[in-house]
Amino acid sequence: MLSVQNLHVYYGHIHALKGISLEINAGEIVALIGSNGAGKTTTLATLSGLLRPREGHIHFEGRDLTRLPVYQIVQLGIVHCPEGRQVFTRLSVTENLRLAASHRTDHTNVARDLEHVHHLFPILAKRRNQPAGTLSGGEQQMLAIGRAIMSRPRLLLLDEPSLGLAPMIVEMIFGVIASLRRDGVTILLVEQNAYRALQLADRAYVMETGHIKASGPSRALADDPAVKAAYLGG
Amino acid sequence: MVTPSYIAQQLINALNIGSIYALVAIGLTVVYGILRLINFAHGDMMTIGAYVALTAVTALAMPAVAALLVAMLVVSALGVLIERLAYRPLRGAPEVAMLITSLAISSLIENGATMTLTAQPRPVRLAAELTQRVNALGLSFAVMDVLIIVLAVGLMIALTLFVRRTTLGIAMRACSENVRITQLMGINVNRVIAVAFAISAGLAAAAGVLWTGKFGIVDPFTGFLPGLKAFVAAVIGGIGNIPGAMLGGYLLGFAEVFFVAFMPPEVSGYRDAFVFVLLLVVLLVRPTGLLGAHEVNRA
Amino acid sequence: MKRLMPLVSIAVVMGLASLAQSALNDYYQRILAVIAINVILAVSLNLTNGYSGDFSLGHAAFMAIGAYTSAILTLPVRTKAVVLPDLPPWLSQVELPFILAPLISGGLAALVAFIVGLPVLRLRGHYLAVATLGLMVIVQVIALNWQPFTRGARGINGLPPFTTVLWAYGWMLITIAVIWRIVHSSFGRAMMAVREDELAAACRGVPIFRTRLLAFVCGAFFASIAGALWAHLITAITPSSFSFLITFNVVAMVVIGGSGSITGSVIGAVLMTLLPELLRRLETALAIGGQPLYGLSQIVIALMMLGVMLFRPQGLMGRRELPEVLALIGTGSTTHSPHVNTTSEKTA
Repeated sequence: MLSVQNLHVYYGHIHALKGISLEINAGEIVALIGSNGAGKTTTLATLSGLLRPREGHIHFEGRDLTRLPVYQIVQLGIVHCPEGRQVFTRLSVTENLRLAASHRTDHTNVARDLEHVHHLFPILAKRRNQPAGTLSGGEQQMLAIGRAIMSRPRLLLLDEPSLGLAPMIVEMIFGVIASLRRDGVTILLVEQNAYRALQLADRAYVMETGHIKASGPSRALADDPAVKAAYLGG
Repeated sequence: MVTPSYIAQQLINALNIGSIYALVAIGLTVVYGILRLINFAHGDMMTIGAYVALTAVTALAMPAVAALLVAMLVVSALGVLIERLAYRPLRGAPEVAMLITSLAISSLIENGATMTLTAQPRPVRLAAELTQRVNALGLSFAVMDVLIIVLAVGLMIALTLFVRRTTLGIAMRACSENVRITQLMGINVNRVIAVAFAISAGLAAAAGVLWTGKFGIVDPFTGFLPGLKAFVAAVIGGIGNIPGAMLGGYLLGFAEVFFVAFMPPEVSGYRDAFVFVLLLVVLLVRPTGLLGAHEVNRA
Repeated sequence: MKRLMPLVSIAVVMGLASLAQSALNDYYQRILAVIAINVILAVSLNLTNGYSGDFSLGHAAFMAIGAYTSAILTLPVRTKAVVLPDLPPWLSQVELPFILAPLISGGLAALVAFIVGLPVLRLRGHYLAVATLGLMVIVQVIALNWQPFTRGARGINGLPPFTTVLWAYGWMLITIAVIWRIVHSSFGRAMMAVREDELAAACRGVPIFRTRLLAFVCGAFFASIAGALWAHLITAITPSSFSFLITFNVVAMVVIGGSGSITGSVIGAVLMTLLPELLRRLETALAIGGQPLYGLSQIVIALMMLGVMLFRPQGLMGRRELPEVLALIGTGSTTHSPHVNTTSEKTA
């Protein structure tokens, strides 16, 4: 579904991605793990078009994305749910959700997706007219994922969905991610919590200082002594 | 001298000036909110609007309201064109690059008007039905005075509805929070910015027509000072915030008119200085303005 | 040899200036003096707009302060009794020599800059643009209304014509030398650190607010001196002499020459003095249907600024200085200036 070849990305003079290649097949959950500053967030930002690679190619179902504007990439079905929630704090919950679906023309499905979001996260229905800035951290993360659902993703790029959340809410979010996969959404998941990520994902890539260090089925990686030592706490 | 009717007259006057400042301030605030651009050419959109309307009335014999609409449309298109040619190529450049560009565009417009239309002020004569005075509620006022308030308030209501109810309006507010993230919602930010410039310039044009209608004169530099003062209004209300710009516009209108009306004549000449001292005081006491969100120091 | 270069160039400039003063006619002398005054303005504006990363539009205001202060201080007592009869006695009896008046004017402008900078410079840099433009309006309004000191719209004329080519170039050299020293001192490095990355500078202990304020105050001081020189060159000042046009043209000099390069400001000032002078002749020469094309020279300047912003945002010189350019030519190499990764050069 998504194929990335030899991606090089720079921030000014800093060489952030040094030749990343990866493949994602339809229906998979693929995890991207690695320590801080390894380039995980940069990879997602490049896939969604926020950053432009200096070298390399990104193909989504055969189509080159590297020159497409961000909004057209979203319209192809690649939806990026960024790190740190990033909801629009001055817009209401409903406005946040509505905005994420605004490029869609299948209005009946939009209404159904909104119901689905309210079903997954009942608290959002309750707070629909509140400014998103008044939500708690967990509620904002729910809104961020709800917003992604409203964009009708085919490939969802999820950046640190569990960061800074209470364990109960983490469970809930991971449950929703699993249910999204059942609905046929392909997911690329970036997680600090490598243990949880490997549990959920079919395959994973391990990143280190702008390179891909290892890749393979989650189970195999979870048993790999080097990965274990570096990312799973021994 | 300070009779009730004098005070009432000053109130109408303040509502007039305040309405116009509010219209201009909205345009500044909308563009600032999204691009962090202090648009120094904004006041010049007022000037162009006034000239277009004047031409429509004198050369094409249009009725005043039609001329107002034509002016708004023409200047909106101009605003979009300027954004496309001068500001869009600077996206991602340091903020100051756009600021310098807006200064250059302002100079281009003012001197272009001087060259083609001469710096000679032109009289703006209103139709008799607009200047005729009405006596109602024990007050005497010109039809134009009421028209200014009604038109400005009407435009502000329309804008508020647009910004609250339509997807494009929501996208505009989203952009003023975070342009990057708005893109991730599948929204063509360039289109949103173009619309913001169209609205901004269109409202300035309307303000320019009303302003010159009230004061009866237009020259190439007509919009410079009100444009600058509208920035003060936007800062008072909290820059980036549309209701704040409206509030700031009216507050500034009242402050200015009442300063002149109730200060001794040897002091009232300092009106314009008073406005900018007010700006310094606001920046000192409450830099985020009355309704503004907290803006991090030079973030 | 290298250490003698500044002294040699000072001697050469002053020698040429005195030669010009004795050999050239009034018109050319006046243009030469205006060039020097514009260099003072551009170099001093560069301190805020180029080095500390703020954006001041206050130069017309500071010039006005300088011009009026110097005028009031130097006007002969007998003339003053006629022109400004309502001055308070402590001013009406004063007649300062031309070496002192600009210094006092500069001090006054620096004080005003300090008062304005105190609230404004704590905010984002571009608030300064509006606040200083507001200051210009305030100063104009005061000049227009404060009759006993300024004679209002009539302005003050008959000022002693103190400003000669020598005076102008003397002050120009002092300005360049002082600002060069500032920029190349630890204080200057602090300013550039603030411009490049404020957060990083703060982390390294650079006192950001104080640094930006000092740059702004220094710029105001020299702008005021330029205003005083200008007043005693033209010998008549009115409130409208110090309009936005002046500020705009000084900004154009800095932007076109290259923000963050003193050499660039000098080049910009020379260019932006001579070009409008030529174009103004064109305005009347090109009169279409008997109508002179007033505004043409400003249009050309505005277009140049737009062009620079679009195609060469770092200006003609970027952030290079003359010695570096000479060194480059000398070695034939194309290495970049020693200043660390400048944002404008990256985008070039």
